[in-house]
Amino acid sequence: MKAKVKVTLKHGVLDPQGKAIEGALGHLGFSGVEQVRQGKYFEIEIAETDKAKAKEAVKAMCEKLIANTVIENYEIELA
Amino acid sequence: MKSAVVIFPGLNRDADMIMALESVTGQKPVTVWHTQTELPKVDLVVIPGGFSYGDYLRCGAIAARSPIMEDIRTKASKGLKVLGVCNGFQIITEAGLLPGALVRNAQLRFVCKQVKLKVENNQTFFTNRMQKGAIISCPVAHGEGNYICDAETLKRLEGENRVIFRYAEGTNPNGALNGIAGIMNEPGTVIGMMPHPENMIEPLHGRTDCRPLFESLLAA
Repeated sequence: MKAKVKVTLKHGVLDPQGKAIEGALGHLGFSGVEQVRQGKYFEIEIAETDKAKAKEAVKAMCEKLIANTVIENYEIELA
Repeated sequence: MKSAVVIFPGLNRDADMIMALESVTGQKPVTVWHTQTELPKVDLVVIPGGFSYGDYLRCGAIAARSPIMEDIRTKASKGLKVLGVCNGFQIITEAGLLPGALVRNAQLRFVCKQVKLKVENNQTFFTNRMQKGAIISCPVAHGEGNYICDAETLKRLEGENRVIFRYAEGTNPNGALNGIAGIMNEPGTVIGMMPHPENMIEPLHGRTDCRPLFESLLAA
């Protein structure tokens, strides 16, 4: 089973990379860009066929390593 | 004063730290490899700076989950002194030994220069030979040293006098909240700081402002 994990910075955490991208888009002439926030995306292949168990396992991975929950949120999608 | 220096793949300030500890305390620290599961019997564990695991995922994130960290966490909870410098600060913060997080410098650039630090708390194992309020020179070299934490944590850090070092006015190199350069845990046994005091202790370094920090270890 494949898990797709999206990690994003929590609201209020400054994202200087997003800000730089936002500025660059403006320089390129893309008008109307109000805000850019940069995140991370992971694809994790796991040898588990039970969806609930897979989700449980990936959640533990996120809590323990993949996300720093002090500053980041994560979303898990199983495919 | 027996100390140990923990080495992770990708660190590059370990030799400087070992030299500083040996030069000031007179005892060569034991080196501990990250795959070891038990620390030798020491009074202080130091995690030096560098780029453990190439800063992959988040700075310090992978090192913080190394086998040796389990024993460091257990012994730290029983009062073992821990000092994390630069990447070491990121590692112990990722390991949950200190609150908050270190994120990308606000101006997005790696900073490598000398800054001025204000000693805010001189009642710690690393600052007891310093004057409170003293302004000292210290080098910084990092890309992700921007300290952040939630409002509640910040209030506690400030209220409990746990901000040990602050970038002196006008020298904040990374946008850190309240200019925070170094903090400690509640009992004062775990200290983390972004600047590199080990590189400001010999006349050859240009200045010796940070030598009293290492001398503080002898009194602690």
